[in-house]
Parts: sequence; structure tokens; C-alpha cells
Amino acid sequence: MTPVHALRALNGVVARELARFLGQYTRLAGSLVRPLLWLVVFAAGFRAALGLSITEPYQTYITYEIYVVPGLVGMVLLFAAMQGALSMVFDREMGSMRVLLLAPLPRPFLLFAKLVAITIVAVAQAYAFLAIAWLWGVDFPAAGFLTVLPAAILAALMLAAVGLLLSALIKQLENFAGVMNFIIFPAFFLSSALYPLWKMQESSEALALVCRLNPFTHAVELIRFALYGRVDALGLAVTTATLAIAFALACWAYDPGRGFRPARGGD
Amino acid sequence: MIPDTAVPLAIAGVSHSYGARQALDDVSFEVLPGRVTMLLGPNGAGKTTLFALITRLFDMTAGSISILGRDLAATGAAALAPLGVVFQQPTLDLDLTVTANLRYSTALHGLAPAEARARIAAELARIGLEARADDKVRALNGGHRRRVEIARALLHRPRLLVLDEPTVGLDLPTRKALVAHLHGLARDHGLAVLWTTHLIDEVEADDALVLLSRGRIVATGRRDEVIAAAGAADLAGAFAALTRATEAA
Repeated sequence: MTPVHALRALNGVVARELARFLGQYTRLAGSLVRPLLWLVVFAAGFRAALGLSITEPYQTYITYEIYVVPGLVGMVLLFAAMQGALSMVFDREMGSMRVLLLAPLPRPFLLFAKLVAITIVAVAQAYAFLAIAWLWGVDFPAAGFLTVLPAAILAALMLAAVGLLLSALIKQLENFAGVMNFIIFPAFFLSSALYPLWKMQESSEALALVCRLNPFTHAVELIRFALYGRVDALGLAVTTATLAIAFALACWAYDPGRGFRPARGGD
Repeated sequence: MIPDTAVPLAIAGVSHSYGARQALDDVSFEVLPGRVTMLLGPNGAGKTTLFALITRLFDMTAGSISILGRDLAATGAAALAPLGVVFQQPTLDLDLTVTANLRYSTALHGLAPAEARARIAAELARIGLEARADDKVRALNGGHRRRVEIARALLHRPRLLVLDEPTVGLDLPTRKALVAHLHGLARDHGLAVLWTTHLIDEVEADDALVLLSRGRIVATGRRDEVIAAAGAADLAGAFAALTRATEAA
């Protein structure tokens, strides 16, 4: 594999992912409607019900809208990554995954290219949401648009790697609904995306512990701190470690030694 | 650098099983340049399994496969570079244009953008679909989609083309046109072609035949040689006799 070949292949995989995304207007709309519903509708109700004390990285009392924005950025990334996983399962069902796996490049590199492509699409959606939240009047430092970028990329990579692993393990497209119920919703609700962990701890020590063990919590905290120009060391460590483990497992799951499920109708 | 004398595809003692079920048992043959090799066999003979092993969708449990002298197991993905593939199952992205599908393939093979554009234009002209370049694949009929898949498999100028039942689902005139097109590619460009099929009317007199049944090779040679070896009147009779004998064994 030469660097030029690798770069051209990466470019091809990213271009395909972007072309597919831009050709699906409903996917773009759906990715923004979900978090905006939380921000505009749910946050209005939660603002009155939830009292938020001063917690890191905030220097003063904040409104619920300000608290929830990093969690909703995480939500956008989470759904985009799972959408990427869904499209991989779809590609496998439809056969187009074979075109990728047949390229004369190491399979881990091909999976990495897919990871990068999903991440670019996910981060673009997260920025579209952030811009709308900013225009809606949610207050965070303007520099946050820049400082949040590495955190958003790392979080998206981690979630895309988990999605990649899931796409190898899900045997049929029809099973993807189960992923929504057993992966996406628990990952989102059992995290610090919607409420601070101390608030959860007041209700249940056990659930708070589960939230702390959830890598998505750490991805959200990484984003939250980065939005204010700070680094959450624990979030960085957990997100990076989860990315490494999930990607290694995905490479194992897609290894030719384990076999690529033959298409329907083959012998 | 691959020497010109290297055998395009050498399969030696390949076996593969899915758990307790033996899908391929000690399969050996070669595919030579300028020649179409027809891998014939009834459904369940192991053709698609062999195809999946050649394209490295999974690893074999025994034997070796070499593409232009490079062992697939030892060399890994790099050995696939001189290989063009048309799968039985359609693999085009229906929501992308014809050109976007072809560009994706050229990128994966590392072609420079200008070179890719030129080759895409040439291949589309060759298959008579230049006017459909910007159409979404979804808008093409089955025969045109197959032509695009074959064009895609040839963009990086492979020396070996493998096709897994490429005519499945096509009408008779389209099938005949594809058979003629691919034999022309072998004859005129020295391409080595491995074509798996269960449709014996796709076999031409000069083709090399490999007859597979229940995972084992039961006959090899040219059409007349196989017919004579089976003591049959024609290829259909030879095919029936040889596969029946394996199933009875």
C-alpha cells in the first residue's frame, strides 16, 4: 500500500459517504429535528423542573438549555454513527460492501477509511446543530466552535467504531431495530447528556454508577469541557480507550479468517 | 513486478468446510491468459464458496490460491490488485450515478483522478452507456447494470477477471451479448477469465471447462473432451451424467 493509493482510497470512501448523505434530505432533516426537539420543547419543560448547581466546567449557574447542548451534540454524533453502522449492514445486504472489501488494501485500513467517512458526516451534522443552537440563543463561548472540534471528532470516531463493530455482529438488517432499543437509547439515557450525574445519584446510586461506566457519558463530558476550551482528562482517556478497543474488535470481526457472510442465494 | 509468464490463477488442493459440512474438497485447476475458463456446477456444488475464497471474502481451511504467482494467504489484500470481479449479487450503489459508482472503484484501486476520468469515459463508450453516465443506477435496467459492473471490474485493467454467474436474471439476448463481450475480451486482450455458471449454453467450444459437483472436480478439459470422457452425446448429457454419478457416490 503506497501513501498515494491510501489517500485516494480514503478520498473515494469519504466522497461516497458524503454523496449518499447529501442525496438523502430526510436523513439530514431527521438528524437535526431530534436534538432541536429536545432543545426547544423538552428543555423548556425541564428548565422549570431541574435545578442545576454550579458544576465543572461551568463558572456560574446556567440554564438547562446550556447544560443540555453538549449532550445533544453527543446525541447527533451517536445517531449519525449508528446510521453509518446501519448503512454498512445495508451495504452488506445489498452486496456493495464487497466492493470495499475487495480493494487491494489492508482490511483494517478500509475499515479506518469507513470510520473517517462516517465521522466527517457525523461532525458536519453536529456543527449544523451547534450553529442552530447558537442562533436560538444558547450561550457558549464563540471560541467553543473551534475548541470543540477535536473532542467532537474523537467522540464521533469512538461512536463510529462501536457502530462498525455492531455492523459486523448484526446478522440481518431487520435486527437493527433491536440496536435502537438495546444500544442507542440506553447509551443516551444512561449518561450525563440530559442531566448531571449528581442529579442521577440523588435518585439512584446504582444507575449513577452505570452512567459513570458508560463511555458515552465520557464522550459527552469531553465535548462539554471542550466547548469551554478545557480538557476533561478522564473523558479523553475513556473515549480514546473505547475507540481503540472497539476498532480492534471491529477489525477482528471483519477479518477474512472469520469469514464474510455469503450473500443470499450463493452456494 | 508481476512477470508476464505468471499463471493468472492457480488453485491447488483447496478445501473448505462450514462446520461439519464440506463445501470444497481438494479442488485444483488453473486459469490461463486469453482463455475463458467455465466453472460449471449445479446449485450447491461449491462455486460461490470457491469464488468467495478467490476474492478473499474469507480464508480457506486447506490448499493455496495464487493470483499471478502471488499466494493469496501469504500476500493478503495486495494479491487482489490484478483481479477484476463481478459478483452474482448486484453490488452497484443504486442511489449513486453510474459515474460515481465507477469513480468509487477507481479510487479504491488508487487510480489518479485524471486517469480515472479517461478510463471511465472509455469504458462507458465501449459498453454504449456514455449517455447514461450521470443517471442514477436505479434508473438502469438489469442488463445495463450488469454491463456497468463488468466495466467497473475492468477499469483498473486487471489481468484476471472472475465472474460469479453474471447472467443470472438477464433475458436471453442480453445473456448472449454478455457472453460474446466477455469472450471477446479474453480473445482480443489476453484477459484470463474465470466464469462460474450452471447454464451450459454459455459454454463455447474453445472454453476450458471445470465441472464441479458436491465440492469436488469431476471433469476438466475442453467441451468435446468432457463430452467424450462422460460418453455422452452433448454437454448437457455429460453434465447430467457426471453430476449424477457424484451425487450417487
